[in-house]
Amino acid sequence: MSDSHRRDGTDGGGSAVASGLPSPSSLPDGRPEAIKAVKLRHPWRIAVAVVLVVLLVLFVLDAAQRKAFGWADVGKYLFDVRISQAALVTLELTVYSMVIGVVLGLVLAIMRLSPNPVLKAVSWLYLWIFRGTPVYVQLVFWGLITLIYNTIVIGIPFVHTWAVIPITWVPPLFFISVVGLSLNEAAYMAEIVRAGLLSVDPGQEEAAKALGMSWWQTMRRVVIPQSMRVIIPPTGNEVISMLKTTTLVAAVPFTLDLFGRARDISAETFTPIPLLIVASLWYLFFTSVLMVGQYFLERRFARGTDRGRPVVGIGVDVEPSVAAGGVGGVR
Amino acid sequence: MSAADRRAETRTAADAAPLPMVDAVAVSKSFGANEVLKSITLRVRRGEVMCVIGPSGSGKSTFLRCINHLESIDAGRLYVDGELVGYRQKGGKLYELKPSEAALQRRDIGMVFQHFNLFPHMTALENVTEAPIRVKGVPRHEAVARGRELLARVGLGSHSGHYPSQLSGGQQQRVAIARALAMDPKLMLFDEPTSALDPELVGDVLDVMRGLAESGMTMVVVTHEMGFAREVGDSLVFMDGGVIVESGDPRQVLADPQQERTRAFLSKVL
Ligand SMILES: Nc1ncnc2c1ncn2[C@@H]1O[C@H](COP(=O)(O)OP(=O)(O)OP(=O)(O)O)[C@@H](O)[C@H]1O
Ligand SMILES: [Mg+2]
Repeated sequence: MSDSHRRDGTDGGGSAVASGLPSPSSLPDGRPEAIKAVKLRHPWRIAVAVVLVVLLVLFVLDAAQRKAFGWADVGKYLFDVRISQAALVTLELTVYSMVIGVVLGLVLAIMRLSPNPVLKAVSWLYLWIFRGTPVYVQLVFWGLITLIYNTIVIGIPFVHTWAVIPITWVPPLFFISVVGLSLNEAAYMAEIVRAGLLSVDPGQEEAAKALGMSWWQTMRRVVIPQSMRVIIPPTGNEVISMLKTTTLVAAVPFTLDLFGRARDISAETFTPIPLLIVASLWYLFFTSVLMVGQYFLERRFARGTDRGRPVVGIGVDVEPSVAAGGVGGVR
Repeated sequence: MSAADRRAETRTAADAAPLPMVDAVAVSKSFGANEVLKSITLRVRRGEVMCVIGPSGSGKSTFLRCINHLESIDAGRLYVDGELVGYRQKGGKLYELKPSEAALQRRDIGMVFQHFNLFPHMTALENVTEAPIRVKGVPRHEAVARGRELLARVGLGSHSGHYPSQLSGGQQQRVAIARALAMDPKLMLFDEPTSALDPELVGDVLDVMRGLAESGMTMVVVTHEMGFAREVGDSLVFMDGGVIVESGDPRQVLADPQQERTRAFLSKVL
């Protein structure tokens, strides 16, 4: 079917030359003349754009004059030392939670794909619980953990007790927040990593196995490096998302982060709206920086499989002419 | 005189040790209800080049994969170099090998795939040195020296720093052969090594395989290159529907097939 279709196409092309259809005029050197045609116009796009710009200008002018926004207070608190410290805390929450989340996610994904049914089941159970419950609820839970577990009991469960040791250590709320956020994040990272690992051609694992490499060697040296291309871009998204999710640590309740601090200040000054704007501007600033980073990451990793890699690796003996010959043969 | 004849002469001395390299006895394998190998019995002598042909889905790849235990067999016995593949026999009972033990068996068996399966994130040289360094613990400088030697042997001495994507299919397949040879295998399995190549690139790969055969390597080659089978092969096996329909001297089988199915298949591919 497709074969005959293609043949028809070629024949049609061939006969068009022979037929009396107008043929392109050629330049003196025989090349066909470049096409000069009247460009298609889009009047409606321009009209809609004009309306939108007008609406935006009106909104900005109006907002600038509205008392409730309290722009003077916005200016006053934007670089308030309490706010910038809180911004730092938010960054720390984000970084710690992401790092732990990524590492734990990698472990969970590898467990999920391992040939060991016990590891598989553990990973599955973890994902089921942490993806199946809201992160806000999880954070409330972690905040109450010291009420639930406050003793270590040594003995035979339900039968005999030898010793009861009270837990006197009260974990800092920052610590609890990081635990809550990262354990939840790990479940999502595990799915991202799993998709990445599965994206690697099974032939790669087969080749490594045939060379006598162990399962773990195969993972570490062959599968994981190749999966990074698929894993890294969505991980950037997760970082941006995590930055905003940190506002939920209020559930713990931890209040030294950007949003918590902004609310605390506004509770004293009775100026909630300017402080909301201050917090939003900071979040917007961080996410913008991250989005720029994300853009470059995606560009770096969306490149056609392996083109653009350095021509020379550990064997530094390639003459340029030979290298060119080799590249010329690329399928 | 063909390459096979020449080798047959040099081999007579080695034949004193009669232990076959591959000894398959009634090997059977099913995927679910699909019986892919039905009681395959065959023997590959040391230094022998056995070519396997047959229509798509006849179980050729599966048989190769069983030989290095990438698939486990359901019935029969499969020995490589006198050792049971994938199991240990003790007191009339079979025990499954641990993954580490299976890996130990596999590293002596080289495998070359239809789609090369080179590691794309490593250079040609790194592809070749990876397994000796990681699996055998060969010191890096030794592995690199040997890797360069092997790449030179397959005609790619000047391409050691290239990534697979910078090599043509034929060059990639030759790197894959060098990679398998780097583990000093006693047996090489080739699964349609030239089927994914443009016709003008097939020759280089076959030349490397011919050289390997002349050096005395034991090889099982699934191929559709009848010229190679005729010239280099010591024996030819025709598989169809999971059974060996016909086997024997390649020149004889190709010129005068005894079975109707063989004749029908050959008339289609020749
Ligand atoms: N992992 C698997 N799971 C289920 N069925 C499989 C699997 N591998 C192979 N098969 C089936 O086994 C049969 C034989 O496959 P095999 O790849 O061995 O054939 P082949 O002779 O190598 O064919 P080809 O020339 O197309 O490579 C086919 O019907 C295939 O669908
Ligand atoms: Mg096959």
